[in-house]
Amino acid sequence: MRTYFIETMYLASSVLFILGLKGLTSPEKARRGMNYAAFGMLLAIVGTLVQQDIVRYDWIIGGLIIGSIIGIPIGLLVPMTAMPQRIAISHMFGALAATLVGVAHYYVHGSSHGNMVALGFEVLFGSLTITGSFMAFAKLQELIPGRPMTYTGQNIVNIACFFCAVAIFIYLIIFPANVHLFYAMIGLGLLIGVMMVLPIGGADMPVVVSLLNSYAGLAASATGFAIGNNVLIIAGALDGASGFLLSVLMSKAMNRSFGNVLFGAFGAAAVKSTKTAAGLTVHSISAEDAAMRLAYARSVIVVPGYGMAVAQAQHVVRELAELIEKKGGEVKYAIHPVAGRMPGHMNVLLAEANVPYDKLYDMEQINPEFPRADVALVIGANDVVNPAAHDDPSSPIYGMPILEAEKAQSIIVLKRSMNPGFSGIENELFYNDKTSLLFGDAKSSLTKVVGEVKNL
Amino acid sequence: MSQLEIIQLYVFILAAFVGYQVITRVPPLLHTPLMSATNAISGISLVGSLVAAGANEGQAATILGFVAVISATINVVGGFIITDRMLRMFKRTDRVVEKDSK
Repeated sequence: MRTYFIETMYLASSVLFILGLKGLTSPEKARRGMNYAAFGMLLAIVGTLVQQDIVRYDWIIGGLIIGSIIGIPIGLLVPMTAMPQRIAISHMFGALAATLVGVAHYYVHGSSHGNMVALGFEVLFGSLTITGSFMAFAKLQELIPGRPMTYTGQNIVNIACFFCAVAIFIYLIIFPANVHLFYAMIGLGLLIGVMMVLPIGGADMPVVVSLLNSYAGLAASATGFAIGNNVLIIAGALDGASGFLLSVLMSKAMNRSFGNVLFGAFGAAAVKSTKTAAGLTVHSISAEDAAMRLAYARSVIVVPGYGMAVAQAQHVVRELAELIEKKGGEVKYAIHPVAGRMPGHMNVLLAEANVPYDKLYDMEQINPEFPRADVALVIGANDVVNPAAHDDPSSPIYGMPILEAEKAQSIIVLKRSMNPGFSGIENELFYNDKTSLLFGDAKSSLTKVVGEVKNL
Repeated sequence: MSQLEIIQLYVFILAAFVGYQVITRVPPLLHTPLMSATNAISGISLVGSLVAAGANEGQAATILGFVAVISATINVVGGFIITDRMLRMFKRTDRVVEKDSK
């Protein structure tokens, strides 16, 4: 009887998780969908608590209370601008839970050959996600430098560690009783996580964060195999599929393979393109002139990038857009899939600033509209508008799909300085005759522009 | 491979397939909430953690389970709250205007 109840709970919760994700296919249904998923989680917890294996509740209740005391403030207080690092660190918590469950299971029950396959995947994916996510968090939070960290022979060391871990894993499947090797494998997993993220630069973070999302899910799924629990398998598989799909989409948006992102250390050495800035001049523009041009534009396309996030300029951007709209112009936002530090980063920031989501356009939708735009306003974006991706085969970003801002009637670029972007590549767009550069911090520049537009 | 393991594999592959099909239709607009949501759902490790913490199989297992319950709870609670906060911000033009005029 009890088993039927538990299994019904688990089945209902699995269905609710899928319905929850289905809700995310449209912004209107998304919140309701997430309520389904949260309810599903509640059912899974209730179902678990009545299991006869559970004989004492003191530690469980303590853990649930402490977890909630930490989790609720994180959920309520973390600012939207800190979302990439928040997501990275929460992958760590999920993976930590999966790994510890695996260790506890091995410690108590030992393992059979077949069971070790699941346990091994669980602790390997788990341990490398723990440290990998923590490193990603540290880079995004700037506890450690965000640039790629490389040394000679790095790839060889990484690959050697990886094969070492695989070898131990296979040995353990044959001889599952070897306790020391089991813990050595976890240690190696932790090490691989650190070394995997070290050489990855800020611009590649969207791929890494998605990949860690996938690993955290696979660790949960493997836990389900190890302890024979279907809801864990299903929820973990959903997470794994989602993370995998996002990583593929992000890699595609950069025209690079997984392997290239993980082993490429993009931008570590400043790659020399055949085209240089020598002999080219830039046209700078004052805030007054920029305001004049924007105020009388019929159509403006805003291209936000990581610079907007750093400067926290999203609210001023919305203010400016409203002023332009009042004067009769039309404002759209062009969102590149890898702009920012995680998938969808720009969308969340602009939504936070109360920009309606029907004004946010994906790359494919907006590219045909650039030729008709009077002004393309590029705010802290660089590589995602670099025309070298189209016409310079020697450029490291050649082939990457970009926002075709250079096709707009005129372009205003907000930039801190003439330093090249994260990938260290010169951007010809800045030297284009149609382009004017407005130097300075994006937020203070835009605040000036807004003031000028108001005075017009 | 036992009968049970084969069934588990079926469940895994079918779930991954369903997940892939559903998630392909999530627009890029909602990719961050999607990641946050799947992250919260992967806090399902809580189920395993609860068993480890409550099965009374020795002090070490209980402590490991206890720490696992804490981490998984942080993941679940924080994840669902923050996903909802994020989704609340996504509004259409008419809704934004309504709110401003109030």
